[in-house]
Amino acid sequence: MRHWLVALWAIVGREALRFLHQRGRFFAALVRPLVWLLVFAAGFRAALGLSITPPYQTYITYEVYIVPGLCGMILLFNGMQSSLSLVYDREMGSMRLLLTAPLPRWWLLFCKLLAGTVISILQCYAFLAVAAIYGIVMPWYGYLAVLPALMVAGLMLGALGLALSSLVKQLENFAGVMNFVIFPAFFLSSALYPLWKMAESSVLLHNICAVNPFTHGVELIRFALYGKLNPAALGWTALAGLAFWALGVWGYDPRRGMIRRKG
Amino acid sequence: MTLEVEELSYAFGERRALDRVSFTVPECRFCALLGPNGAGKSTLFNLLTRLFTTREGRIRIAGHDLSQTPRAALARIGVVFQQQTLDLDLTVSQNLRYYAALHGLAGREGELRIAAALDRLAIADRAQDRVRELNGGHRRRTEIARALVHRPPVLLLDEPTVGLDAAARAAITDHVHALCADSGLTVLWATHLTDEVAPTDQVVILHQGRVRADGEAGEIAPGGRLRAQFLALTADAA
Repeated sequence: MRHWLVALWAIVGREALRFLHQRGRFFAALVRPLVWLLVFAAGFRAALGLSITPPYQTYITYEVYIVPGLCGMILLFNGMQSSLSLVYDREMGSMRLLLTAPLPRWWLLFCKLLAGTVISILQCYAFLAVAAIYGIVMPWYGYLAVLPALMVAGLMLGALGLALSSLVKQLENFAGVMNFVIFPAFFLSSALYPLWKMAESSVLLHNICAVNPFTHGVELIRFALYGKLNPAALGWTALAGLAFWALGVWGYDPRRGMIRRKG
Repeated sequence: MTLEVEELSYAFGERRALDRVSFTVPECRFCALLGPNGAGKSTLFNLLTRLFTTREGRIRIAGHDLSQTPRAALARIGVVFQQQTLDLDLTVSQNLRYYAALHGLAGREGELRIAAALDRLAIADRAQDRVRELNGGHRRRTEIARALVHRPPVLLLDEPTVGLDAAARAAITDHVHALCADSGLTVLWATHLTDEVAPTDQVVILHQGRVRADGEAGEIAPGGRLRAQFLALTADAA
């Protein structure tokens, strides 16, 4: 068991060290949601009126509404970015090094997934700190309660990235996957607009949003930021995470020939 | 026998990359796996490191069956892949520490092993340098040192001299031969360059997925004519 934990610590540590060396990545990850918050949300504040829906107990501005969605955006982009790095690692060979370690493969993949999620969570807290400076302050206990929610949602989105990376054969194909995954997942969710608003426009779109696992991840974060648990969102996020995880582990099964390239 | 490959086959769809490959490498032996491009060397390495698995054939590493006890078998090999697998932005020590941890080594024990491995490859003075600052030869040495951190009895190297200049290539080849002689290491060295093979080395010539010759270099090609013999055995490669 000690061996397993030593490996976990090393994989998370390596990801953290690499992240520290790529400060540009950190700022890019922070700038993206901040542009949405400071520019997009400010522009839309007047156009979008939001009624009182749980977990909110009073009228809120649009900026307040989209903060959980933007945390979700950080997790989503990072999940996809780490899957991109998995494809890159695989092409460059360091994934081979990881997978030849004498540990169960599912554990090695879980370590990799957890490492990516930890980095995402650090970025979410950095974003929440900037949002607080901007004036969007959550209850103090919300900042604690959101940690497990970010973990669950981050693992789910990381597992989605893992599953995708196991299916994508080459780095060049990845841009297409990003377009077909990130944008639909983000726009067809409750990140930018509440679902009841979407239902007013199209029932079909509302239904698609309602089954989107990213919606549930965002709602889990939204409730947690106010110290509340949304059991349905937790259940669906965890379920989707397990399904993506199973797909990812299957994808990396040596019997299927990971890195299946002509020798 | 430290490394046993028995009746191993692997196919990519219809194309058979390996066809009933069998050979054994005894303890403390340097075995050169010679083959032209496309001979099946990389496929064999992917099977030896369990990146691929197959139901046809068997691999035993230091007495452990790779399909039945994969973790015990993998713990007994050190691997140097053809592609470089170092983190360029991390130091030599950090790269080795990461690998040591993947093999369950940490703390003082890990540090001692890392220092010993760097010493063995004569790059202890570069331990705190970032890999990006090293030349190709030193990067390869770092990878070999890393592969030896957990003191495996078997070292697998997949075309480790690719991209190196002549001097670095000769240095690395000599170094691994010396490791084999001095430390009782069993080495499987894939290459297509016959000048990396010493007359007393075991040679397995692989061509179109099949073993074409297996024996001591001096016996397969008496009089140091290994290159000519290799070209003759793999004549239809081009």
